[in-house]
Amino acid sequence: MRRLLAALFCLCVLPPLAQAEMLVAAMSRSRIDITSNFTGAELAVFGSVERDAATIARASGYDVVVTVRGPRGAVTVREKERVGPFWLNTDSRKYIATPSFVAVLSNRPLAEIAAAELRDKLRIGVDTLVTAQGARSKAIDEEEPDFRRALIRIRRDQGLFSDRDDAVSFLTPTLFKATLFVPGAAPLGPYDVDLALFADGAQLAKTTLSFRVIKSGSEEAVAAYARTNPFFYGLAAAAIALLVGWLASVVFRRD
Amino acid sequence: MQIYLPIAEMPVDMFVILGIGAAVGFISGMFGIGGGFLLTPALIFLGIPPAVVVATQAPQIAASSLTSTLAAWRKNAVDLKLAGVLLVAGLIGTQLGVMFFNAMSKIGQLDTVIAVSYVALLGTIGLLMLVESVRSVLAIGRVKSGARKHEESWHAKLPWKMRFERSGLTISVLPLGALALAVGFAGAVLGIGGGFIMVPALIYLFRVPTLIVVGTSSLQILFTMLAATILHAVTDRGVDLFLGSILMVGSVFGAQFGARAGAQMRGEYFRLLLALLIFSVALRFGLDLVAPPIDPFTATVTETHR
Repeated sequence: MRRLLAALFCLCVLPPLAQAEMLVAAMSRSRIDITSNFTGAELAVFGSVERDAATIARASGYDVVVTVRGPRGAVTVREKERVGPFWLNTDSRKYIATPSFVAVLSNRPLAEIAAAELRDKLRIGVDTLVTAQGARSKAIDEEEPDFRRALIRIRRDQGLFSDRDDAVSFLTPTLFKATLFVPGAAPLGPYDVDLALFADGAQLAKTTLSFRVIKSGSEEAVAAYARTNPFFYGLAAAAIALLVGWLASVVFRRD
Repeated sequence: MQIYLPIAEMPVDMFVILGIGAAVGFISGMFGIGGGFLLTPALIFLGIPPAVVVATQAPQIAASSLTSTLAAWRKNAVDLKLAGVLLVAGLIGTQLGVMFFNAMSKIGQLDTVIAVSYVALLGTIGLLMLVESVRSVLAIGRVKSGARKHEESWHAKLPWKMRFERSGLTISVLPLGALALAVGFAGAVLGIGGGFIMVPALIYLFRVPTLIVVGTSSLQILFTMLAATILHAVTDRGVDLFLGSILMVGSVFGAQFGARAGAQMRGEYFRLLLALLIFSVALRFGLDLVAPPIDPFTATVTETHR
């Protein structure tokens, strides 16, 4: 009963489309084509904070966090341990639906934007995006955080996980720009771009964009052929080998 | 100049790959071996996925073996019948090797299997060759102590004897087949042609004339690696045409210069150098197994949702 009253109260007091602030955003491109000379690409996200007439400007200003996540996949993290004189893979953990790429872009350090508990809840920050799925495995995950930390560390070293607190800049108090670098080794597939607007340590609004990283041109032609006609692709590779080997013996013939 | 590899799905520096190909080709041309046992670790070190490295080596080794086979063919130094026997057994070995490779890749023990096999194979062969070549280097200048006495060969009692006219010997098919099976298996699992196993085995165990060994083993490796190329393309789909083509071009050039350098070297020093090379690669892999790893953790993507 009390809950129903509360709901009614909300409906009366708050205007329809209750958010005082809205986030409108667009990206410089929605597709990154990988061609044979691809070594990475830069992508810009532009956004604007829209306020309705009733909202007063906030004295403290806005914060924006842009979270970019690459295609998800299962990752197995293995640990080498000493077995007699050898170091062998002994223990492992599987992380399902882990993003292959994570970039967290913000206008200032995340710790200054929101409290740790809120960031955990909203999944803001690289460390919050890799968790074992399901209640049971979550318990295991918390008992042994080594594997999760190792995964994040390895991905950071590979340049696939990153966070930059200077990548979002405000052009006016309500207009901002975020720059994202997609490295050459970025996995192919769909990427989600989540934008979250904060002020005074609370989330005000959010919106989601997306883009894709795809192979194109000769890259796509070769990969597609390898996928659809593996036998003939193998034959082609063998034929090229024979051609190069034969050419070499003709060119360098010494007799 | 960076080039994006379509199967490995990563950019690499084309000149680095060409350089690695040329360097390995030089060594391979010098010693008459495929050089895969050097190329595999070099490419894995660059961050190319091991599955792609091993699969892509097959066409690369095929290209260099064709060059050596053609050179030997002109000197009439190929025993077709012997190559045929080695080939049939080698193909079975390759198929088993590809299956084993895919199974180990699933269990997650692939890097251990590769490291242990490298250490065992290269260590044994390197050590044997080292002992033999140090002895012959020490013996340089001394008077030869007479011809090796004729002994009853160890495989004389085995059934299914076959006559190989070109090599001038009559031996059982069984030990030959077992050797080729093992070489084919190792080739598919480790991404090597197996020349450095086949050549000494044919010379020391079966007493095949050295000149014919090189030509025959090249022909056998050529066919085995062509088959491995197709098997890898169909099963694990790791053959990267771009990577393979760059490697081939680099290695056939390097091989020509290596062959010239090798021809000018004294036989005893030549074998000593090769033995040291093989043995040091074994040592490096051995250290990897025994030394504490820099990072005990590794992360492998097992599935991707696209």
